[in-house]
Amino acid sequence: MLTVDHTTNWLILFAKKIYEKKDYLNELDSAIGDGDHGSNMARGMKAMEEKLKDGQFSNVQDVFKAASMALLSKVGGASGPLYGSAFMGMAKQGGSDETDLVAILQAGLQGIQLRGKSAKGEKTMIDVWIPVIEALESESLSKEIIQDAVLQTKEMKATKGRASYLGDRSVGHVDPGAASSGYLFEAMLDGGILNE
Amino acid sequence: MKKIINQPSSVLDEMLNGFTYSHDHLLKRIENTGVIYRTYKEQGKVALVSGGGSGHEPSHAGFVGKGMLSAAVCGQVFTSPTPDQILEAIKVADQGVGVLLIIKNYSGDVMNFEMAQELAEMEGIEVQKIIVDDDIAVEDSTYTAGKRGVAGTVLVHKILGAAAEEGLTLEEIKTMGEQLVQNMKTIGVAISPATVPEVGKPGFQLKDDEMEYGVGIHGEPGYRREKIKPSKEIAVELVTKLKTAFQWQQGDHYAVLVNGLGATPLMEQYIFMNDLQALLKDEQLRIDFKKVGSLMTSIDMAGISLTLVKLVDEKWADYLKHEVTTAAWI
Ligand SMILES: Nc1ncnc2c1ncn2[C@@H]1O[C@H](COP(=O)(O)OP(=O)(O)OP(=O)(O)O)[C@@H](O)[C@H]1O
Ligand SMILES: [Mg+2]
Repeated sequence: MLTVDHTTNWLILFAKKIYEKKDYLNELDSAIGDGDHGSNMARGMKAMEEKLKDGQFSNVQDVFKAASMALLSKVGGASGPLYGSAFMGMAKQGGSDETDLVAILQAGLQGIQLRGKSAKGEKTMIDVWIPVIEALESESLSKEIIQDAVLQTKEMKATKGRASYLGDRSVGHVDPGAASSGYLFEAMLDGGILNE
Repeated sequence: MKKIINQPSSVLDEMLNGFTYSHDHLLKRIENTGVIYRTYKEQGKVALVSGGGSGHEPSHAGFVGKGMLSAAVCGQVFTSPTPDQILEAIKVADQGVGVLLIIKNYSGDVMNFEMAQELAEMEGIEVQKIIVDDDIAVEDSTYTAGKRGVAGTVLVHKILGAAAEEGLTLEEIKTMGEQLVQNMKTIGVAISPATVPEVGKPGFQLKDDEMEYGVGIHGEPGYRREKIKPSKEIAVELVTKLKTAFQWQQGDHYAVLVNGLGATPLMEQYIFMNDLQALLKDEQLRIDFKKVGSLMTSIDMAGISLTLVKLVDEKWADYLKHEVTTAAWI
């Protein structure tokens, strides 16, 4: 069961992790993209955190919606519309059922895939979302599973986004968007969402 | 890094203020956004809106004005602008009969512009888009995000801008734009890399005596690196690539754009055009329109790109020559 407080707390923990790992995410993106993923995400997280701290939310849907709008208007690049669409999908699903976390995350994944037209194994953030949702369904989600999913992107070859122009040279590097999504799900565990 | 700037983080804002001040007889900036729009308005005519990351000056804001773009959205350096700002541009540009978005083919740009399109449609504005992918350096395959949009985009602004001014409908202009993109190809060469102010160091490395064919306008990797050659030989390489891609016949009509990538002086651009002239003559192509200049740059990258448009629609040459009032197309 998601509540306004839990959800807000989860997203603020996510923001904290992104600030901490901003330089690392930039580094990952320098290897296979244009080096800005950490800066892009940190800019968005700051806007999101401000909105969440100022806002009065009556339901979970509004929390996700505020997060979505903040990211859409501040991140730019590829990850802005992708995370923005993820949270928008989660808002819609949260509006119809606040209890079903799997369904909410599935709606988020669908939002990313509709926007980015990406499939499994293309070395993007969805390569973390898919195994995380599967593990959640079988009630086996742990930090190890999340971190493992992030690491798995290292051996993949990028066929979407900027990294795709590198072809084979993209192999051997963790995908920055996968890493930031990993932090989203670690924050979810740290926020105790699963214990409720 | 050696640049005439203040804080790297304020580059975009300060550049846009200076730009708006310089051309205040033509255009304005929506405060606190990267949206530049023309003050000239014509009810009942389709509006063109383009944009993308900054660092490609004079693209795209330099082409805002009568006869070309109604508005341009300028993102952070090499980063797509956000949907809310693109929506602002659409709203300020619309003259009641719809807006055409001209998008360079990069994942970020396409996604942000598509989201803005959806938002605008919800507000009752008719919006269509065309995606420009003229760079033939990378294959259009399922293994990449596709061919990239580069200097040809400026010719799309020019031709469709004239079509809009002539009063064509949104549907007609979109169809023309799609046909134009299919008949337009660009290939370039870089001899030194660009430095993004906030990054502070060059995006890739090239030795003093090296050049790389096919480098993208954000420093995306090209298709071959070798020792720098005389302009004549570079021209042969680029024309050969384009010839293979177009499969042209003697007597075909073409338009030519020689584009400097930022740090290459006009002197070298004209030398290259001179070499090109001889090759195009050998190929017996009819060149109905030619243009030289740094129109789609990559900050301080040195190099050149060559765009050819097969003039399958006889109106295109006239549209290219149609008089406009903008900061950068003269
Ligand atoms: N089509 C897509 N579907 C899913 N994820 C994608 C897609 N394209 C890119 N990504 C993710 O986005 C991440 C890159 O985000 P980043 O913020 O660096 O955007 P960017 O591509 O650099 O944007 P810009 O090109 O405008 O700078 C990648 O690591 C990848 O996980
Ligand atoms: Mg990036």
